Amino acid sequence: METSLNKEQQLQPSIKILSMHPLKFALWLFIVTVVMIFAALTSAYIVRQSEGNWLIFELPTVFLYNTIILVASSVTMHLAYIAAKKDNFKNLKVFMIITTILAVAFFVGQYEAWGALVERDVYFVGNPSGSFLYVISGLHAFHLISGLIFILIMLFSAFKYKVHSKNMVKMEMCTTYWHFLDGLWVYLFIFLLLNH
Amino acid sequence: MSTAAEVNIDQDVHHDEHHDYEQSFISKYIFTTDHKMIGKQFLITGIMWGLIGVGMSVIFRLQLGFPEMDLGWLRPLLGGWISEQGKLDPEFYLALVTMHGTIMVFFVLTAGLSGTFSNYLIPLQIGARDMASGFMNMLSYWFFFLSSVVMMASIFIETGPAAGGWVVYPPLSALPQAIQGSGLGMTLWLVAMVFFIVSMLLGGINYITTVINLRTEGMSFSRLPLTIWAFFLTAVIGLLSFPVLFAAALLLVFDRSFGTSFYLSDIYIGGEALPNMGGSPILYQHLFWFLGHPEVYIVLLPALGITSEVIATNSRKPIFGYKAMIGSMLGITVLSFVVWAHHMFVSGLNPFLGSVFMFLTLIIAIPSAVKVFNYLTTLWKGNIIFTPATLFSIGLVSFFISGGLTGIFLGNSVIDIQLHDTYFVVAHFHLVMGSLSIFGLLAGVYHWFPKMFGRMMDEKLGHIHFWMTFIGVYMIFFPMHYIGIAGFPRRYYSWTNFDAFSSYTDLNMFVSVAAFVTVAAQFIFLFNFFYSMYRGKRAPQNPWRSNTLEWTAPIEPGHGNWPGEIPKVYRWPYDYSKPGAKEDFIPQHIPLSHTPESNLDHEVELAKKEVVDKTANAQSNA
Repeated sequence: METSLNKEQQLQPSIKILSMHPLKFALWLFIVTVVMIFAALTSAYIVRQSEGNWLIFELPTVFLYNTIILVASSVTMHLAYIAAKKDNFKNLKVFMIITTILAVAFFVGQYEAWGALVERDVYFVGNPSGSFLYVISGLHAFHLISGLIFILIMLFSAFKYKVHSKNMVKMEMCTTYWHFLDGLWVYLFIFLLLNH
Repeated sequence: MSTAAEVNIDQDVHHDEHHDYEQSFISKYIFTTDHKMIGKQFLITGIMWGLIGVGMSVIFRLQLGFPEMDLGWLRPLLGGWISEQGKLDPEFYLALVTMHGTIMVFFVLTAGLSGTFSNYLIPLQIGARDMASGFMNMLSYWFFFLSSVVMMASIFIETGPAAGGWVVYPPLSALPQAIQGSGLGMTLWLVAMVFFIVSMLLGGINYITTVINLRTEGMSFSRLPLTIWAFFLTAVIGLLSFPVLFAAALLLVFDRSFGTSFYLSDIYIGGEALPNMGGSPILYQHLFWFLGHPEVYIVLLPALGITSEVIATNSRKPIFGYKAMIGSMLGITVLSFVVWAHHMFVSGLNPFLGSVFMFLTLIIAIPSAVKVFNYLTTLWKGNIIFTPATLFSIGLVSFFISGGLTGIFLGNSVIDIQLHDTYFVVAHFHLVMGSLSIFGLLAGVYHWFPKMFGRMMDEKLGHIHFWMTFIGVYMIFFPMHYIGIAGFPRRYYSWTNFDAFSSYTDLNMFVSVAAFVTVAAQFIFLFNFFYSMYRGKRAPQNPWRSNTLEWTAPIEPGHGNWPGEIPKVYRWPYDYSKPGAKEDFIPQHIPLSHTPESNLDHEVELAKKEVVDKTANAQSNA
């Protein structure tokens, strides 16, 4: 009996660690809903495309640059996360600032890309192939705004020294969400490259 | 120690400190974060919507049963929608049908059923202080409320509410020129639905997180009550399908308000072509039914879960085939996502694809039949106690059979050519989805009313309510099968112009009268509900002698549910009439080591390993 109790004591903390923080779990579920929205839109895209009467045009190269920018911001976000974990506050602030700048640069780049589309006579109103492109990139940008707000909140708390190795839940959530939004864009970009 | 564990401990301490404090009226009843109050908010709002939705059906049943009747007396309520000659405006008839569908499917049977019972029962039955995020839960209700306000407003505008059917197919719903209701009414419908989707997603995320992360010690997935399994899977379905409706609605908004052509193409109005080119209305149907069919199970599963619990409790028998029940619910969950095109057999779908979807659709009969047999075998030779909740649960099983059988006909792509869009379809889904889920809702209210309000509902009135509703439902929907087989199309304002249908005038009159009686019976329920809330008999601790954890909480639980420690769970929730036991039920929190007289062989082994000593628990937690 005594030994089994000791075993129980040893097991207890490990069981607790295994269960995920509820908020982090909720974030993952939110990510699932976003995945479903874009799964619906991209499959609608394929279904509609297969029906013919589909305007074909070149994707602006700005999209490629934007993708690189966004992936870079993912990298810096992760560096900020590692810095926060090691309580390296100087690096944390620097990387958070760089991430924010890159994120804003992505927005500017997407705006430029829309401009480039208009130059090619691809408008929001017109053949669905163009409309879909605007809706997909627009809805992604809309989600990215929520990610940017999250980053700004973390940036401010980083400057108030509220992000540190003992208080990582929000930082982890922010990192996860940002990585997801970047991954989502990479998927959408590749999807559009293959199917435009 | 991990941060997760720290935060959990903090939350528990926080609740322990505060569960007796006095809250202000606003934080207790309005902007509350207590899952129990939020559940009640959903219930009351759902009942209000139910009254409105059912009231609409009364008006259009008047038109269908008595087409010659002078409806002038409705003018104080409907104003200009009643013509000079005392006739119902045909476009308003379509609007009534549309709003009846929208309200009943989304506002009553999704928010009112799953919103009420998931919120109320999940934390109480899994042994949690509250939902994972009380704030998100509060937002979920208030988004639903906002959606309700917008939808309600749309009923009162000059051009009337949306009128293109609850499925709002474009191009009818996309073009304001087509029908009055596709103007502002449709815009408000879409806005309301977006808020509704947000509300359901916030709720669903919370339900899933709570079930996975906040179960009490010992509450493994194989010890979860079937209610929780049902709510959990409902939330999973909602989480996967509502975003798709969001995408569909978003594209429809762009088509309506920004001039895009996702769903519109080659349309001529008054001889003039619209500029929209290249859209596909079928695309909308695919997107809509990808939500629309899982939605059926969002409505159905909670009702089935509630029934499992009520039937097992009141038959005083363990549920038959616990694992098979879970398996069939999982099966239904998966299948619900791969059958959507059976709503589109006659939309020009490729016949080969049609037969694939037909095959998948008919497979659903298997898990459904497993559930029916398990209900019947649970009831079989049980010491059945006929509470109103039991009666409604048995009624539910009856609808599941009679409504489910017609599904087999409709699922056949060939027979569907004759039956689609007739009253046969109306009869089918009103039995299996509408009445079944309403019965689940009513069974749940009768069963958990003592927990919700600390008082009992009147049993006699409950019995009268049941028999009138049960017989009434069959009187309404059974004749509709015949009308449907004869070819009556649904959504038609009147058939008086078709000689072929004049022989069914009496039948339609009969259906209408049956509907009015059944609706009248619901006022017995309403009286019982509100009267018992204040004047009912005080509820005992465990009125149904049930096993689940909610009955171990105080009769009127405060915020935090249990004043002391959360009970631990040692057994599954269906130990009813266990051979050798002193009582005919053993609640989940009774350790196996306390019931040596009734333990089975493998439980004797488990009992030896059990750690029951409270001090030992405290040590292992520290």
